[in-house]
Amino acid sequence: MIEEIGTTEQGELIINMGPQHPATHGVLHLRVTLNGETIVKVEPHLGYIHRSIEKMCESLNYRQFIYSTSRMDYLSAHINNHACAMCVEKGLQIEIPPRAQYIRIIMDELTRVASHLLWWGALGMDIGAFTPFFHAFREREMITDIMEESCGARLTMNYMVPGGVMVDVHANFQKRVIDFIAQYKSKIQEYHELVTGNTIFINRMKGVGVLSKEDAISYGCSGPVARASGLSCDVRKIFPYEIYQELKFDEILETAGDSLARYHVRMKEMDQSIKIIEQLIHNIPEGDFQAKTKAVLKLPKGEFYSRAETARGEFGVYIVSEGGMTPYRIKFRSPGFSNLSALDHMARGSKIGDLIAMMGTLDLVIPDIDR
Amino acid sequence: MFSLEKILNAANEWLNNTFSPTMVIGVQFAAVVLFAITLFALLGLSLVLMERKVAAYMQLRLGPNRVGPKGMFQTVADTVKLVFKESLTPDNADKFLFNLAPFIVMIAAMLILAPIAFAKGIQIWDINIGVLYITSVSSIAVIGVLMAGWASGNKYSLLGAMRSGAQIVSYELSAGLSIISIVILTGSLSVQDIINSQQNGWWIFKGHIPIIISFVIFFIAITAETNRAPFDLAEAESELTAGFHTEYSGMKFALFFLAEYINIFIGCALAVTLFFGGWMPFHIGTWSTFNHIMDYIPSSIWFFGKTIFLIFGMMWFRWTFPRLRIDQLLNLEWKYLLPISMVNLLLVTLMAILGWHF
Repeated sequence: MIEEIGTTEQGELIINMGPQHPATHGVLHLRVTLNGETIVKVEPHLGYIHRSIEKMCESLNYRQFIYSTSRMDYLSAHINNHACAMCVEKGLQIEIPPRAQYIRIIMDELTRVASHLLWWGALGMDIGAFTPFFHAFREREMITDIMEESCGARLTMNYMVPGGVMVDVHANFQKRVIDFIAQYKSKIQEYHELVTGNTIFINRMKGVGVLSKEDAISYGCSGPVARASGLSCDVRKIFPYEIYQELKFDEILETAGDSLARYHVRMKEMDQSIKIIEQLIHNIPEGDFQAKTKAVLKLPKGEFYSRAETARGEFGVYIVSEGGMTPYRIKFRSPGFSNLSALDHMARGSKIGDLIAMMGTLDLVIPDIDR
Repeated sequence: MFSLEKILNAANEWLNNTFSPTMVIGVQFAAVVLFAITLFALLGLSLVLMERKVAAYMQLRLGPNRVGPKGMFQTVADTVKLVFKESLTPDNADKFLFNLAPFIVMIAAMLILAPIAFAKGIQIWDINIGVLYITSVSSIAVIGVLMAGWASGNKYSLLGAMRSGAQIVSYELSAGLSIISIVILTGSLSVQDIINSQQNGWWIFKGHIPIIISFVIFFIAITAETNRAPFDLAEAESELTAGFHTEYSGMKFALFFLAEYINIFIGCALAVTLFFGGWMPFHIGTWSTFNHIMDYIPSSIWFFGKTIFLIFGMMWFRWTFPRLRIDQLLNLEWKYLLPISMVNLLLVTLMAILGWHF
């Protein structure tokens, strides 16, 4: 219920930021209590884009429900699909052919880079610099082109299926990815010159929205947000899936826990993702891209859980099966929801401009928070 | 040599010979009004287009390129659209103040135009306290902004207006102190005298370090006074949707928009007058041939060329820098710019007293 109150009893101003507001990247509604320019309280109100995806999944079979998860965190569509496919594979105990594993990881990491590029551009918009957005989209466009060619879609890809990937990669795939890596490496320095080293940017980010390691744990934060507070939580390292344990990459950890730390974690993660892709792209093994599976998948009775590291943090899929064609109950653990819950704690006492910067560095995707 | 001054003098003579003195004043008033409005319209249209093109090339885009050759008439089309749009007035707005505010901002911008010398001998009003007049009239605009924010009955507008008030009032101080440093050196408040004092070289190129410091401070201050990025806190799109003009639409919005660009032009024109020699051509010491060639370029082209160069600088700021936070903005003024400009003013005064300038 949204009441028609302008001020609190203490004379503080209440502002309904959203559901339509340029900075909330979607339909997030923040009820902000202000004392002048200083934030007293932030209450996120959810539900404007609730589509009850979890309930819908209960009436879809094990091949179909995966596609609805592309519509949750649409910037990590591949990784969401991947986690769901892994959960079904766990239940059916399917062995994935190595080619499919390689393709899956390359796609995951490309998705991560694309998502971080979009975040970088959107963060610039949030703090009043418009130009980074267009520069980030130049590189992101190359990734979406790669996706379009191999998966047939640019945003909600629906490429991962139980047993592997839906179709084999396009003949141009390898060349295009190598081109992208070259382009990325030649442009990333430009990004750092434009934004990272800018004094105004550093002043806006440093010491703003500090989240301690203890708070990160108690709010259940994951992904870059938690790693910026020094909490080691990379699913790819702790619970390696597919062939991640054979790959050389670093988990980026910062200790400051402020907006600048979150910025640096994401920027360095992009470099790590590129490193992972470089290790894989030259030696994708030949073979099947999909394991042989039955036409109708039926998970045995029981509970199954799998997790994957999306661009925003830990994404979990929990399936309860009664042995039928459709899941009895599905629960998704979305990283954005937990990260958003830390916003109030971080924002209290800072200025309105800082709130926007914090939301930018939390990298919120609203359909992921509000399923 | 082509000179607007001669044409105007000839026109004045002809008018005086043909009509009675009262009639002459009437005709000249009408001509000035027509000139001011035409200049406003042209400046608004061309600067908006320039901003969009500059932004586009910095952002790997093409910018407007459909309406007219190279999209030149895009802004005309936009203006026509804005004229025909309904100007909404919100229910809980203070209707009188809400409708008055854009005109105050616009009129303040128009008034400042009077003492600016556009070319040799082209000045609407040669008042002997021209610079003082400009600084004082430009403060009126903030009343319009505050009025707009308050009367809208919108919380975002209110926050934007309060930010704008704090910002403009603060930055006027260092802008004023920078102007005073030039006034001390020239010993006059008249725009003509300031320009004439730069006959032998523009102040910025004369090699006085305190003058270069005042120019930098003045340029930062006018960027802040015109609410341009990185000081666009009064609008702050991502924070306050559109700040003080959130509730405005149609032509009333266009007036705010136009006033912003006119203020940019006036700020840069003032910087050109004070530091870059106004309409004075660029001369290098004793290179008489070079200086002679430079003299052939009409003074109006010198003035507008220099102004547009500075405007480009402001646009460059806008499309490169992130926005400051409100406390950082005020810290910058009160903890850095103001003390620096005060010390700088002392240095300039010493220079003037000891006769170290030339």
